[in-house]
Amino acid sequence: MSTFKPSRRRFLGAAAASASSLALAGCSQFDFLGQRDNAVRDTLEQANSLTYRVQRMLLGEDWLAREFSESEIRQGQRPNGSTNPRTEEYAALRDSNFADYRLEVGGLVDNPSSFSLDELRNMPARTQITRHDCVEGWSCIAKWTGVPLRLILDQVGVRPEARYVVFRCYDDIERSMSGLVFYYESCDLVDARHPQTILAYGLNDQALPVQNGAPLRVRIERQLGYKMAKFIRSIELVSSFSDIGRGNGGYWEDRGYEWYAGI
Amino acid sequence: MADSATGSTQDVDAETKPGKGPLIYRQSIWTRITHWTWVICLFFLLFSGLQIFNAHPTLYIGQQSGFEFDNSVLSMRAINTDTGPRGQTTVFGQTFDTTGVFGMSGPAENPHFQGMPQALTIPSFRDLATGRVVHFFFGWIFVGALLVWFVASFINGHLKRDLVPKGDDLRALPGDVKAHATLKFKHGRSYNPIQKLTYFLVFVVLFPLIILTGLTMSPGMDAAWPWLLDIFGGRQTARTIHFGAMLLLVAFFIIHILMVVAAGPINELRSMLTGWYRAGPETAKREGDRP
Repeated sequence: MSTFKPSRRRFLGAAAASASSLALAGCSQFDFLGQRDNAVRDTLEQANSLTYRVQRMLLGEDWLAREFSESEIRQGQRPNGSTNPRTEEYAALRDSNFADYRLEVGGLVDNPSSFSLDELRNMPARTQITRHDCVEGWSCIAKWTGVPLRLILDQVGVRPEARYVVFRCYDDIERSMSGLVFYYESCDLVDARHPQTILAYGLNDQALPVQNGAPLRVRIERQLGYKMAKFIRSIELVSSFSDIGRGNGGYWEDRGYEWYAGI
Repeated sequence: MADSATGSTQDVDAETKPGKGPLIYRQSIWTRITHWTWVICLFFLLFSGLQIFNAHPTLYIGQQSGFEFDNSVLSMRAINTDTGPRGQTTVFGQTFDTTGVFGMSGPAENPHFQGMPQALTIPSFRDLATGRVVHFFFGWIFVGALLVWFVASFINGHLKRDLVPKGDDLRALPGDVKAHATLKFKHGRSYNPIQKLTYFLVFVVLFPLIILTGLTMSPGMDAAWPWLLDIFGGRQTARTIHFGAMLLLVAFFIIHILMVVAAGPINELRSMLTGWYRAGPETAKREGDRP
């Protein structure tokens, strides 16, 4: 008869072994997953397309992100990413308090147009107190005021072949060998036409400050913060974003982050 | 209580050996497949999750993160002191020096100023984007395996027979606690009361909790299922609960491995690989058993 009587020594040995297996897991053998063109990583990224499709299925087109009460605004909106574009062009606009600013809207539209800040402020506005979720993990609640993007889209007339809205920005987020890299982002037409998707020019009852994206930033409340481009220069309707930047639909998307950031 | 004996077992043929119980079919194919799927998923989810945590190694209670007020319950950081940089961790207002592990780690000449050390993140270097890719991929598989397991365990009776604790289990609990404390295990046909309760808590409480708190961090899911924010009390509270559930699962893993080793690792591993388990000698034989 063979017996197994765990002695104290064997038991402690097993305890040490299982504890060290956790530490051994330490994980540089999986560093190859960080290579942006790795085939295994490409496979894992397929899960993000699944997330996009499933959320589009679960989420009614006009269902709203949670809106909060005034009492939930307990602090200023935390600035993040670029907080002060360095180009002369932007400095000139800022110095004149954006009096000469014009938002260009073009691409696959019937009537390419441009809008001054006053024109945008005179359109029907929407104000919402929402939670900003950064991809890093933090959240911040603030009150945003702006013009619904869908009013702009209706005014310029979106052509049927258009599928995405691309936001091009004034902020030179990176200075690379080949020159300045300007922030850009994109979203699909479902999010672009969502009632809470606004081009915000006001934050917490004040004019939108430079550090938060003056004169205009987009709010896409059902996605993460990096989708909500600041310092918007122009808006372009496209059928594909594969020829913009490195082809992934946004500055951070070109650096490995997912295009659909509803998660 | 039988001081049961099931360490080494190689032979399946011939008659039941003297002093041994029957070989019983204990784990269905569904239990075994989902078990090993979870082993792989939880490994990647844990270490990619700590990579994501490192992007902002502070946990809060509430809807938002307090930058101009303090609602944090845990934070890790590096600070400068007269004798050089140190790693600090604050838990519920108590601050500890955690240099070398949390807040600051790695080689002394080139320390890493980050929450969790490189040994505990995938990838080892700072890469939030990749951490998210890995985490969400294995998150989907983890959820899929749980759905498969729930359906299969409901149909084949595993859930009701082996996991839902009943009156008898609760009455036998004190004796079972004593048996575990003295490392004397009974190898019966079903799980012992502590096993039942533990697995029940893991499958019916911890797994759903870590999935739902994960979903609460998704701004898309918060719009689809606004009740998520209400049951957990806000996105940042959900993030904190997600972290706490992770700690409990790690504790479960360590105890689980210890118990497998203490109860007879060959027999336990065999049952989770082939389904067949050598019961203790006091176990009555039934049709379908092997000798």
